[in-house]
Amino acid sequence: MRHTFVFFILLLLSELSLTGARAADLHPPKQVTAGNGFSIATTGNGDATFYLVGPSDRAKQTVRLGNAIEVAADDVRTAGRYIATVCGSDGCASSAFYVVAAAPAQLSFLVHPSRVPVSAKDAISAVAFVFDKFHNLVLQPVKVDFNVAVKDAPAISRSLPTSNGVAWIRLNATRKGGPAQVVASIGSISEHRVVQQVASDACNLRIKATRKGNSVAVETETVRDCSGNPVPDGTVVTFTATDAKGKTTVDAPIKRGTARVQMPLTGGATISVASGVAMGNEVRIGGTP
Amino acid sequence: MRYLLALLIFAVTLLFVAVGWVTSGGLARAEIRSASTPTEAVQALLADVQSHNWDRAYARLANNKDIDRSAFERDLSGSYRSLRTYSSLEGFDVWPIHAASEQAVVRANLHWSTAVGPIDDVRDLKVEHQGSSWKVDWPSPNLPKVPPQVIPVNYLRWDVINRGPEDDWGEQNVDTPQVRIISMNPVERPDRLIILGEIVNEDTVPAYVNVNATLLDQHNAPMSQEGSFDKISHTLLPKQVSPYRIDFPGIKLKQIKSVRMDAKAMLVPASADPVIEVSGQRMNTDALGKKVLSGELLNESGQPVNIAQTLAVFYDSNGKVIWVSDGYIDQALLPQTPVHFAVDLPDDVAAKVQNYHVTVNHYSSGNS
Repeated sequence: MRHTFVFFILLLLSELSLTGARAADLHPPKQVTAGNGFSIATTGNGDATFYLVGPSDRAKQTVRLGNAIEVAADDVRTAGRYIATVCGSDGCASSAFYVVAAAPAQLSFLVHPSRVPVSAKDAISAVAFVFDKFHNLVLQPVKVDFNVAVKDAPAISRSLPTSNGVAWIRLNATRKGGPAQVVASIGSISEHRVVQQVASDACNLRIKATRKGNSVAVETETVRDCSGNPVPDGTVVTFTATDAKGKTTVDAPIKRGTARVQMPLTGGATISVASGVAMGNEVRIGGTP
Repeated sequence: MRYLLALLIFAVTLLFVAVGWVTSGGLARAEIRSASTPTEAVQALLADVQSHNWDRAYARLANNKDIDRSAFERDLSGSYRSLRTYSSLEGFDVWPIHAASEQAVVRANLHWSTAVGPIDDVRDLKVEHQGSSWKVDWPSPNLPKVPPQVIPVNYLRWDVINRGPEDDWGEQNVDTPQVRIISMNPVERPDRLIILGEIVNEDTVPAYVNVNATLLDQHNAPMSQEGSFDKISHTLLPKQVSPYRIDFPGIKLKQIKSVRMDAKAMLVPASADPVIEVSGQRMNTDALGKKVLSGELLNESGQPVNIAQTLAVFYDSNGKVIWVSDGYIDQALLPQTPVHFAVDLPDDVAAKVQNYHVTVNHYSSGNS
């Protein structure tokens, strides 16, 4: 706590001294790469204390004015504006310089959504953030390669430069269901995500019914969407039978591609089927048991 | 003097006990126990049920030789952790339907206080004149018993693994399910405004849903906000549709300019089991003259459903949702055992109903 307070006061003094009179002078490079050590030339003579204050780094060392000050690589790991201050017997002098991100070393890759209906336009959003090995966002333009691979379909590849450290792309979902591997890469660095392309609403939902004594067995054909993809197991199909005793409804999940139920039956009946907002066909069963 | 004080304290205590007995209905119970009329016989029996005095209640039955005592107790106190086991008989109304010299029929409306609110149970009881008093001929409890068997269940189950706290912020997570409100209809009743409609899970994963509505006044300022609470099927499997109902007591339709709807969905683990068949659905009139939609529920699974709730949505001739009713079933749904249900609806609404659909919410111990 005390150290933080001291550095804060120093920072304040150094900011003031940037515009005020100087007893000694500092000549840091205008721009330094993160994680690289460098020297700061000084003028003047005698012993002094050198302070370096950055966005998340700080350092202090005793230096001799007139000699170059060696700044260690570990002291400049975070990109941003740094202030170097030297305080000798004649007062303090400060100078500011910038540390920029090192070479790309990491990718943070956001892909949304994790599930997408087949054939949906511009439905997949892929955003890549480029970082160096110290987690600094690399603001210099870098080319990011996006690659989307779906089983039994040609891969889609596009290269896009980053803008302020970010590159993004919007993709259409393919007509075929299944996992889509979305990969972003820069040289040997790559990140991959999986987007499940899932079937849309059921299409051409059809049932067949067979009377079995006082009940009727109803079964759907394989439930598919309009692109021919099988609707996933677990999807609820609602069967409705209306006979002389009233109405019977069963919400049955699809199992191995089809949904089936057995419902009680008195006399003739009309049986219909629906899944979500999609309606299917209607069948009539005669009155003879 | 010392004994006088002790006697005084004793007398005052006795007085307080007597006052407590009278104020708690002791006199009325004493009158009821005499059972000199069919109505009193039923009242006496129900008073004993209310005070959980099963031995005395059982002794009051005209047909107690034909009924097992534990079956009689289970008939009224519930079993299989059903809603009845979380209930108590709060009160009852009794009135004669038919009376002759030796036999009578008495209608009893039992007011149960349950974990989910009050539930009324109307029963027509036969009463017989035996000796000098009347006794109730209790209907033989038809407690379902499932024969030992193996029921294979292989429906889908969804488990969810979410992004962990140690994962990078850019790590992919699983998205919340896509749900959509497919209809919304405000209905004004004399004492309230009701927002009715349906919601569908459009996704391929299960969703835990909740619907909230905010009423906006003439200046587009929020004036009231309510949620669907238990008037919805919270867990929706893929492509499943649920009705919802949101009540705003004391609000008139003319007070509001618009309604802001908000459907919230969460990805939750779920199972496609149990499947519950709703059969014999028909609109009719119950013993109290109310319009009801009744039918039977059949649990097609191999596991008892402890508490079931029916949600019925009613449509007019244009397919518009005009009413949503719900009702809890006070007995457990045992596998392959039909259980009767009924949900009521206002007479004026019943006249417009062209179609209806019933869904079932289920709660099983150990499952959500």
